[in-house]
Amino acid sequence: MIGLADSASFWTVEWNWALDGWIVAAGMLCAVASSLLGCFLVLRRMSLLGDAISHAVLPGLAAAFLISGSRSSGWMFLGAVIVGVLTALLSDWIHVRGEVDEGASMGVVFTTLFAAGLIMIVLAADRVDLDPGCVLYGAIESTPLDTWVVPIPILGPTDIPRVVVVLSIVTLINAAFVGLFFKELKMATFDAELATSSGFSAKAIHYVLMTLVAVTAVASFESVGNILVVAMLVVPAATAYLLTDRLGVMILLACVIGAASAWGGHVAAVEIPTWFGFRSTTTAGMMAVATGFAFTLAVVGSPRRGLIPQWIRKQWLRWTILTDDVLALLYRMEEKTLDERPIADAMAMQADLNAWMADVLLTNRFAIKSAVKYHAWRGRIETAQAESSTATAGTSGTGDRSKVLVPKLTGVGRSEAESLVRSHRLWEQYLVTQVDSEGSRIHQQAHQLEHFTDRQLQDQLDHQTDSPEKDPHGSPIPSANDQHP
Amino acid sequence: MPEHLWRVISLQDHNTRVVIFGAAMLGLAAGLVGCFTLLRRRALVGDALAHAALPGIAIAFLWVTAMGGNGRSLPVLLAGATVSGMFGIASILIIRRGTRIKEDAALGIVLSVFFGLGLELLGIAQQMKNGNKAGLESFIYGKTASMVESDAWLIAIASLICVVVCVGLLKEFKLLCFDEAFAGSRGYPVVLLDAALMSVVVVITIIGLQAVGLVLVIALLVIPAASARFWTDRLVWMMVLSSAIGMLGCLVGAAASAMLPRLPSGAMIVLTTGVGFLISFLVGARRGLLIRMWRRRSLNASIDRQHLLRELYELFETDPNRLSVSWDELVQARSWSNKRLRKILEQASNDGWVSENITKMEFALTERGESEARRLTRRHRLWELYLIHHADIAPQRVDRDADAIEHVLEPETVAELESLLNAELGERRMPTDPHASSAEGVEA
Repeated sequence: MIGLADSASFWTVEWNWALDGWIVAAGMLCAVASSLLGCFLVLRRMSLLGDAISHAVLPGLAAAFLISGSRSSGWMFLGAVIVGVLTALLSDWIHVRGEVDEGASMGVVFTTLFAAGLIMIVLAADRVDLDPGCVLYGAIESTPLDTWVVPIPILGPTDIPRVVVVLSIVTLINAAFVGLFFKELKMATFDAELATSSGFSAKAIHYVLMTLVAVTAVASFESVGNILVVAMLVVPAATAYLLTDRLGVMILLACVIGAASAWGGHVAAVEIPTWFGFRSTTTAGMMAVATGFAFTLAVVGSPRRGLIPQWIRKQWLRWTILTDDVLALLYRMEEKTLDERPIADAMAMQADLNAWMADVLLTNRFAIKSAVKYHAWRGRIETAQAESSTATAGTSGTGDRSKVLVPKLTGVGRSEAESLVRSHRLWEQYLVTQVDSEGSRIHQQAHQLEHFTDRQLQDQLDHQTDSPEKDPHGSPIPSANDQHP
Repeated sequence: MPEHLWRVISLQDHNTRVVIFGAAMLGLAAGLVGCFTLLRRRALVGDALAHAALPGIAIAFLWVTAMGGNGRSLPVLLAGATVSGMFGIASILIIRRGTRIKEDAALGIVLSVFFGLGLELLGIAQQMKNGNKAGLESFIYGKTASMVESDAWLIAIASLICVVVCVGLLKEFKLLCFDEAFAGSRGYPVVLLDAALMSVVVVITIIGLQAVGLVLVIALLVIPAASARFWTDRLVWMMVLSSAIGMLGCLVGAAASAMLPRLPSGAMIVLTTGVGFLISFLVGARRGLLIRMWRRRSLNASIDRQHLLRELYELFETDPNRLSVSWDELVQARSWSNKRLRKILEQASNDGWVSENITKMEFALTERGESEARRLTRRHRLWELYLIHHADIAPQRVDRDADAIEHVLEPETVAELESLLNAELGERRMPTDPHASSAEGVEA
């Protein structure tokens, strides 16, 4: 139960369905209602609209009170929604008519309205006890205290917290809107002109969306505080946006992420402070923090766009290219020395082969070493003793070189390297004959392309360049050795 | 009341003096800095930043209190706010650069998550033995009226530093705002400059936070700059005006709340600057609503007049023997409504372009009108010719395209067109109508 967690042991959360259940339900409903609309706000770059609206409704609340003279939530709701919509319209109008930057026009409108609201509340202070603080924090913890009796078909009249009832209705309205007008919303969001030309007004969709955002913001902040609305409108949607490219999936994901954050946030609010010897804290704030946590996870680990997967992919690509280059380099050296001396001997002539290769491939010795080891492990390279080959070639062998082990391509390695070099030279040929590239630049371009060229593309290049024997630099293009008739 | 008023206006109260001085300095610096953030399209960065400062304030308070110090001392809290504000800015930049999330969503995320964390920590601070969070809450709503002399000096000095930085780096900031890529290519340290600008924003936000509160400091950064934009297109003037508006708003607002002590001064300040915005929006000399409407109306009127003259000229051209044109012919010529045509004709006859015979509803060009009409028609045809020969636009469509731009052709442009089209024109001064000429060619 909230506030009395001191008796709980470290990990067990004391959970009272009658209290915590309703609180989490309210948070989840707020999350789903907001996420449904939030996706469109994020995609339309109107994310801060919720923030602006929920700040600006203050004068609406005050005016509703001053006019109706009652604190009944119906009047308050109406006043707040009207001012909320007005905020959106007004900042739109200033943006369009005054050619003021969108953010700035929003800033002007909502700060001025907020100030006006504060002053109205102070002026009416002796007659109204509106607490502006409540607008910021909300009072989600008191959700279970204020109930309505709702007739439910099977259960009969049941006590349900007012907040839950209101948010359920708002959620249903939003879900119906998004469900019924999904196609229109999608079109209006991604291509407003297409939408208008295909017979419905993108503007109308825009205004309905703004109105619903105002309704959702008002309904939510009344019970859960304005900060939670802003968080739920923007953060789950942005998180989902990082995870998928499909709008439908994005909306579903946003709702799930929002709801999960609401639940996790409440658990955290009840549990975490007790670790440090405090009582539980504001649930709404913690729910917002939980959405932030989910967002951070997505930024870091989203399979396609996450920083870590991206980094790993980049490293993997670098590694593949390096290993390819090592193979191809060995092949080229073998090729050069084919007629005169065995490859191993030529390599041994290099004082430090690894350093030389690192130099040629613009990397460091360690990377070369690991690449060679990797190839050896995969059976692409074997290490041969340089000494023996020197002896057979009949050149002046020196004793101290007998222990030098140099990499040498195996059969498998050679055919693989041959394929790479073939790709490279075919590309060079292609670039010269078909694209008219400058001779000095083709090596670099071919070098980039060769790593992404498979057998099929090779054959295509071969065909398009009329199966040449030599590349533009005069080196022979290896034939496709594994051609089957 | 008059006595009280006099006391405020003559700044007799030490306290009033302090508050008004502090607020005015803040308004001046915020107005200046706001210009740059507005032009960089980052108007609401202050919003995110102000919210992001809250957890820092709470952590500083918790930490120092736990260490046994005075957690409510202002320098400590401001230091905490600055650090967490910087974290907020860094998060925004990381989100913007590292992901495909746009600026607005990045602001929203940082704003709500940091603020949620701040509320969380404030909730905990409240549970501490001496943790009455009343002092901390002033950051959310501000406490202008209870500003003491040392606060005012702090604000004044920090504001002055910001002004000096902005003025000193004026050229660099200007380039950063208008053409970041160009600045980068010219070798300016763009990232460093951006960081400098953001630091100035952080400083203003943090000191404003304490003075007018979280929501309202955004107003000081946004409203004066947005208002100044209506008056001028020049950055330096905009900066001067924006500072003046910010300062004036703070002066008047603070004075008003000093006269009516019940009114929260932060809100009064924002409301005053809001009024300044409204005035600028309506009557701003450069882009205000009224001046725009007037400009559009006069442009429309001149376009209508030009169309009328050209229409008349062409009617007389096709039939050189006729003396006048009837109303019905004119109504049919273009899609003018009766009312509009009546107005255009009235105006033209008042200006002495057109002579009319009211009873017969017949119209003709005056001598002056004819020379003007010839000039306009010539311009239109030159432009049409140019479009046909040099922009490959079909003769059927060229009339509309020419219409769209001919009204803004300068005399130099006309001269240039003429020289370009010399070959086609030969020695004739009036090019033939491209639409009519093809028809004539068929007849001949």
